[in-house]
Amino acid sequence: MIIARFLGPRVWILVGLILAAAVLVPLANLALPPGHPLHMPSYLVPLFGKYVTYALLALALDLVWGYVGILSLGHGAFFALGGYAMGMYLMRQIGSRGVYGNPILPDFMVFLNWKALPWYWSGFDAFWFAALMVMLVPGLLAFVFGFFAFRSRVTGVYLSIITQAMTYALLLAFFRNDMGFGGNNGLTDFKDILGFPIQAAATRAGLFSASCIALAIGVLLVGWITRSKLGKLMIAVRDAESRTRFIGWRPEDVKLFAFTVSAVMAGIAGALYVPQVGIINPSEFAPVNSIEVVVWAAVGGRGTLIGPILGALLVNYGKTVFTAIAPDSWLFVLGGLFVFVTLVLPRGIVGTIDHGWDAWRARRRSAAKEKGESGDGDGSILPHPAE
Amino acid sequence: MMRLVRQFLVFLLIALILPIGAYAQSSDPAALIQSFGGKQSFDDTEAVVKKLAAAGDPQVARALNALSKGDLVYRKSDNQVFIASGRGTVDLFDPLTGTKVGEAASRDFSKVRVKNSIRRAVTDALGSLTLRSPDPNTRMAAAGTLFSTATPEAMKTLDAAIAAETVPAIKTKLEEARAAAVLKSDEPAAAKVEAVKTLAGKGDRETLAMIRGVAATSKDAQLKQAATTAAVSIENTIATWTILQNVWYGLSLGSVLLLAAIGLAITFGVMGVINMAHGEMVMLGAYTTFVVQELIRTHAPGLFEVSLAIALPLAFLVSGAVGLVMERCLIRFLYGRPLETLLATFGVSLILQQAVRTIFGPSNREVGNPDFMSGAFDIGLMSVTWNRLWIIVFALVVFVALLALLNKTALGLQMRAVTQNRKMAAAMGIRTPWVDAMTFALGSGIAGIAGVALSQIDNVSPNLGQGYIIDSFMVVVFGGVGNLWGTLVGAMSLGVVNKFLEPYAGAVLGKIVVLVLIILFIQKRPRGLFAQKGRFVDA
Repeated sequence: MIIARFLGPRVWILVGLILAAAVLVPLANLALPPGHPLHMPSYLVPLFGKYVTYALLALALDLVWGYVGILSLGHGAFFALGGYAMGMYLMRQIGSRGVYGNPILPDFMVFLNWKALPWYWSGFDAFWFAALMVMLVPGLLAFVFGFFAFRSRVTGVYLSIITQAMTYALLLAFFRNDMGFGGNNGLTDFKDILGFPIQAAATRAGLFSASCIALAIGVLLVGWITRSKLGKLMIAVRDAESRTRFIGWRPEDVKLFAFTVSAVMAGIAGALYVPQVGIINPSEFAPVNSIEVVVWAAVGGRGTLIGPILGALLVNYGKTVFTAIAPDSWLFVLGGLFVFVTLVLPRGIVGTIDHGWDAWRARRRSAAKEKGESGDGDGSILPHPAE
Repeated sequence: MMRLVRQFLVFLLIALILPIGAYAQSSDPAALIQSFGGKQSFDDTEAVVKKLAAAGDPQVARALNALSKGDLVYRKSDNQVFIASGRGTVDLFDPLTGTKVGEAASRDFSKVRVKNSIRRAVTDALGSLTLRSPDPNTRMAAAGTLFSTATPEAMKTLDAAIAAETVPAIKTKLEEARAAAVLKSDEPAAAKVEAVKTLAGKGDRETLAMIRGVAATSKDAQLKQAATTAAVSIENTIATWTILQNVWYGLSLGSVLLLAAIGLAITFGVMGVINMAHGEMVMLGAYTTFVVQELIRTHAPGLFEVSLAIALPLAFLVSGAVGLVMERCLIRFLYGRPLETLLATFGVSLILQQAVRTIFGPSNREVGNPDFMSGAFDIGLMSVTWNRLWIIVFALVVFVALLALLNKTALGLQMRAVTQNRKMAAAMGIRTPWVDAMTFALGSGIAGIAGVALSQIDNVSPNLGQGYIIDSFMVVVFGGVGNLWGTLVGAMSLGVVNKFLEPYAGAVLGKIVVLVLIILFIQKRPRGLFAQKGRFVDA
């Protein structure tokens, strides 16, 4: 209850911060001259944009892991599927500017001697269709997958392992040339998006802002869902699935809803990621990628709104720094992070601070009560949603 | 003095008799070889080769080989034939026995000229000659070669060889070669029908092509009929063998999966601990093999044949020790929190991978196969490689040993007790933390042993483990958690299904299909093929 009172403004402060970044970063890049101390170099904009899409992905995972207790090791797959949908749109936008100058077929299809565009590529020349697919494909996969998995009560680590198997199967599938998604080279060499040249600083600034706005909407959506009655039900499923079922709810429906929404969010994150990094290839499906997302959420603090965002930003900033100074050491750091977080910081950074804060308040209140008159024993530490 | 005299007399005798013998008995091989001497036409040379083949003495093979290589020379002065080697001053060898008889200047000698048709005649002659070799393996190989090269002319030689042959297997081969020769000849249709019947029993792809050719070109109705029937029967034989070969490949893959998964069946199946670093334990075992072989190569090359036997216990100890450290320092704090265990062990797997990459480099390391692991042999139409066979045997041995350990030893009893009811086991005086540590070390150690075996068939690289971890989990989940038999059946059936899907769907798509099938299977039976029943289900 304390948390509910406190989280109201917290969500809005977070959204405000994200939107401020959406405005300030492009301004610092475009409006300020290069010599200015606050000028943001152009190469940093897509890098930060990438972090923001990662944050959205981590938030999506947090919705299922932090609030419903489903540890998905396949969110990288939803992210990559969204990315591929966007990549297909971007490929079609190349038109006849490709190496082979074919107005219809992307370069790799000309190279593979394909004569016509496969049926599943049709429609991707329209942005609205691609945008729809960005949400529909991961959403549908998650819905079907979740429908079967949750209905037959596959839970816990079993679910984690089959989600990992899912992304592994997709990894193998997308490596195949005859899938029609560019094989192991993937989709790249994009020219423009919605008519704007993709390499231009202004387009990149725009993409950064779009990513921030998507993240802000994601925060509001997750905040709204988790604070609704449904959100309470989600937490109930996480903490005591059988009990929730016995009371008369259907945990599988709750899980399916969260899983599907989360996959759609991951897909959108992937779609925003691809134009900013300029490539999408099957390695995005690698099980390791999905599991890295888990560590972002774990480091920041799952079951909170700020946690996964903070975790994604911190870990990825650390990755950028470490791979720059000592490329070999990054896996040691990442591996150490996994161990450290699970052993020492199971609530994550935000979760630990929250917990400490709650404990401190509870102690102070019970001390105050003791001073006044002997209390009714309500001074115990309140459970945090992260538990 | 006496010796010298005797030698001289013997020499004189030979010098006197030889020329006479040469003319008197033209089938004497030594004399025949001498008739290569002197200037003669290609046709003459070829005629001599044919005579040598007809004489059928395997000893002349040396001279014939020298002839086709162009090493057979004759002395210009007296037309005597030698095998020569070297330039300028050449070493001379007796063409029949191969003993060195002296040295001379090469300008005194001329080469016996050969052309391709003569070389072909030599090859044919050698083929029929080796049929009479005293070594059964040579005869077997010769019969095999003759099958594909048989000409109608070879029939007589084959008839003679069949009559003389005592080993039944070689006799069969010879008869098949003869049948092949008959089909190519102008023999009457009845003989050809007979030949087709003989060949139907052989039933490989080469024969099938031959018989199909007969069926297509033959004008005789009866022969056509016989050939068509035979072709169908051979097709069936081939199909059967293809299935058997697929089963074999499947069992081979299954044994690899079993090796990789069996340690996991202990840690995940028995203890319920998700060890994402399990693949890295396998990798450590493979690298232990590499290190052992490197040490042997530099310090004791003679021990290479037993390098795997040395590596096995070491790999068990290395991986087991790493597992023990992991359990004591990490996993024991996370019992009852499977998702956290998954994450922490994944972190460990990253660290181990990077550590190996830093120490040994990112590229594949070479691990050699000892002799008993290399090579292959044929069963029917199926090729069996020794390393795959040994790995299947090894996987089964490990499986049985583990089963015995779990069911017959005190540690196994304690392990099962702790798994079934931790509190009760503790109350009975079992040191449960110690049993946990030992179980985890055992599972990890077995993964290390698996690494030794896998180093023989897979690339030893830091990513070795990653390739197996998902498959291993699939096997354990498919087979049913906490059940070794389930792991065995799961591994073997996954292996076989995978290999049967491959020809239809391709290797990658086959794998995807299997993954999808498992995902669907888990929907139907979330607790695996051999699910635990009763009160342990939620334990």
